[in-house]
Amino acid sequence: METLELKKQKVEEVKPITISGSAAVLEAFLAEGVDTIFGYPGGAIMPIYDALYDYNNRLKHILVRHEQGAIHAAQGYARASGKTGVVFATSGPAATNLVTGLADAMIDSTPVVCVTGQVFAHLLGTDAFQETDVINITTPITKWNYQVTDAKEIPSVLAKAFHIAGTGRPGPVLIDITKNAQLQMIEYSGYEKCTHIRSYRPKPIVRKEYIEEAAKLINEAKKPFVIFGQGVILGKAEKEFTKFIEKGGLPAAWTIMGMSAIPTNHPLAVGMLGMHGNYGPNLLTNECDVLIAVGMRFDDRVTGRLDKYAKQAKVIHLDIDPAEIDKNVKATVGVWGDCKETLPLLTELIQQKVYPQWLKQFKDCTTKEEDKVIKEELNPSKDELTMGEVIKLLNDLTKGEAIIVTDVGQHQMVACRYAQMNQSKSNITSGGLGTMGFALPAAIGAKYGAPDRTVVAIIGDGGVQMTIQELGTIMQFKPDVKILILNNSFLGMVRQWQELFHQNRYSFVDITSPDFVQVAKGYYIDGQSVNERSKLKGALETMLNHKGSYLLEVKVGKENNVFPMVPQGRGVAEIVLCKEEL
Amino acid sequence: MQKQEFTITVYTENQVGLLNRIAIIFSRRKINIESLNTSPSEVDSVHRFTIVINEYEEVVRKLCRQIEKQVDVLKAYYNTNDEIVWQELAMYKVPTDVIAEEVKVERLLSQHGAKAVVIRKDYTVFEVSGHREETDKLIEVLEPFGLIEFVRSARVAIIKNSDGFHSKLKEFEYKEPGEHAVENEFLDKNQEVFSM
Ligand SMILES: Cc1ncc(C[n+]2csc(CCOP(=O)(O)OP(=O)(O)O)c2C)c(N)n1
Repeated sequence: METLELKKQKVEEVKPITISGSAAVLEAFLAEGVDTIFGYPGGAIMPIYDALYDYNNRLKHILVRHEQGAIHAAQGYARASGKTGVVFATSGPAATNLVTGLADAMIDSTPVVCVTGQVFAHLLGTDAFQETDVINITTPITKWNYQVTDAKEIPSVLAKAFHIAGTGRPGPVLIDITKNAQLQMIEYSGYEKCTHIRSYRPKPIVRKEYIEEAAKLINEAKKPFVIFGQGVILGKAEKEFTKFIEKGGLPAAWTIMGMSAIPTNHPLAVGMLGMHGNYGPNLLTNECDVLIAVGMRFDDRVTGRLDKYAKQAKVIHLDIDPAEIDKNVKATVGVWGDCKETLPLLTELIQQKVYPQWLKQFKDCTTKEEDKVIKEELNPSKDELTMGEVIKLLNDLTKGEAIIVTDVGQHQMVACRYAQMNQSKSNITSGGLGTMGFALPAAIGAKYGAPDRTVVAIIGDGGVQMTIQELGTIMQFKPDVKILILNNSFLGMVRQWQELFHQNRYSFVDITSPDFVQVAKGYYIDGQSVNERSKLKGALETMLNHKGSYLLEVKVGKENNVFPMVPQGRGVAEIVLCKEEL
Repeated sequence: MQKQEFTITVYTENQVGLLNRIAIIFSRRKINIESLNTSPSEVDSVHRFTIVINEYEEVVRKLCRQIEKQVDVLKAYYNTNDEIVWQELAMYKVPTDVIAEEVKVERLLSQHGAKAVVIRKDYTVFEVSGHREETDKLIEVLEPFGLIEFVRSARVAIIKNSDGFHSKLKEFEYKEPGEHAVENEFLDKNQEVFSM
């Protein structure tokens, strides 16, 4: 069949050399600036691994312990570096092991290119050994996927893959290559990057009319409020965004995915949105008169009940993905486009302003939250350790310079609530999918993506047991990852819901753990466990100063809850500060 | 607002797997596809999907955006029935001897605009194209006379106020397409052809 790819290949060929399809894959990686591959070999991808043998000095390959680990590592790499993460896996069970990571990368817009091996083309559909229909399995969880059965397609398909994964609203791409195509010899005349696909428009064209309308709304606003998501980070528009809020004097709150796009201590930063976000930004969402959403998608964890969400406000929504505008919240003015382009245009048209009264309302909320929640969390009166005090000490020691990779649960919410972050790409977490087991492999990837930064993985005792095998990857390749387990001996977040909404009926949330320090020792990773306040700071210092990876387990109070909380099914303004308010 | 019939027209690249990618946009939201047709379009190499669903306009608009977001999709339009010209093709297999004997049947068939496609000793196949109500009516008519088989095709539709895809495609092929290619709903709401 003459596909589009083959047609394109026909034009202009210059002095070709003969290489295998497998080598063509690796040549594509080199041309795309890939330096690290996370992967795991197997039958259907052996030709590519064979070729890799000769590229070993130019491409680093990290052998993970499970393919889920490979893709989470690639995600961590992408999120820490801003580049596209790359994964190799074989067919069948290996490909299906990627599914969770693909879904995670899809919902969190993370650029990843996965190359999976596939059985010989002539065996497709015969239930061959380790054959699985990976293209159809992954269709809803990839931005694009494609099966290659003819090696001549490899250069242009990979060029497309990188273009699609990394541009516009980024996302995961999976390329499934049959074994015959990996082995096939082709005439190769160099790699050409893909810069345009006629059916794919990564960035909608910016229309000035909407910028003008948006600016007008902002200029007339008495209580404007900016909420931003990961779009600011993905668009590399941190500076543009900062200029925008600073000129407009606009208070700004982040979604969990947007965190660190501006320093957490920026004077206009008013905290985190969402179910366990800060009191002020949630409450005042329903008091602002103009709500300016930048690169965020109004997830239900951010909006709570939609029919009680910001009904009083005019909504300006800036997004690169047209499908997001009006999807959940109807925009008064939708500004389609890359925020790196739209924000400066908007900044130019808005007036220089300050809103002292309005900002004071946020400050008052903070004071209330401090009194009712934060004080006790960060400076507990009880003997039991809290997760919050661990994060506070970590802030003191890292000065907000570390990359914090979190798993999913109470520790994630607490870490994101209290961690201090001075620079962008410091917060790596599974926001949209809430994938337990994400943090350990993602932290490994983050270290390769940002080798000069301290990487701290903060994980619950439940989540760490989901991908604990990746300690083996750390043992073998020695990325310097600090592993901080906040052990409450429960599946804490589920326990909290059972306590609050299921009348204390603790149904299978009591989880036992191995001796984590011993486990780490088994992997030749140093570590210790603490359960006393007096030892905590020293232990954190030891961890951070340790040469190489280190595991620190902190035993915290078993039945602490994360507050504030917007209970499910309620409006954002119905946020509660403690159990009694529920 | 009420649920009504909408016809979605999607221009796409010719890629294996795209049918699944588009179909799951509906099934994921538990939306039933009433009819789905794929065919070539007026432009060489560009495929055309015609999808019929019964939904609220708001939902249809969002679906179109999700469809258009797919990498291999060029454009998605949605229209109400009065904005399109549409047809479905139906075929009916009836015993030949019955028709030969009963003059009434022949009259009924011609009243419904049926054309014989195949005439054999044992059976005759008639074809009718039209709207669903029309082709449905003929089933009722033919049932008493021993209708053996019935089949109806998916809907195909032409958008009344469309200039076709040739000029649009040119825009798409440019690296920096003009506003045509990236229509913004807010500006284009006055256009008679709904598009996003
Ligand atoms: C793969 C997966 N399975 C189940 C869940 C549901 N879940 C969300 S939070 C949570 C508890 C996590 O417990 P732990 O890792 O100990 O962290 P904690 O909440 O105690 O900080 C569970 C089970 C999930 N998010 N991901």
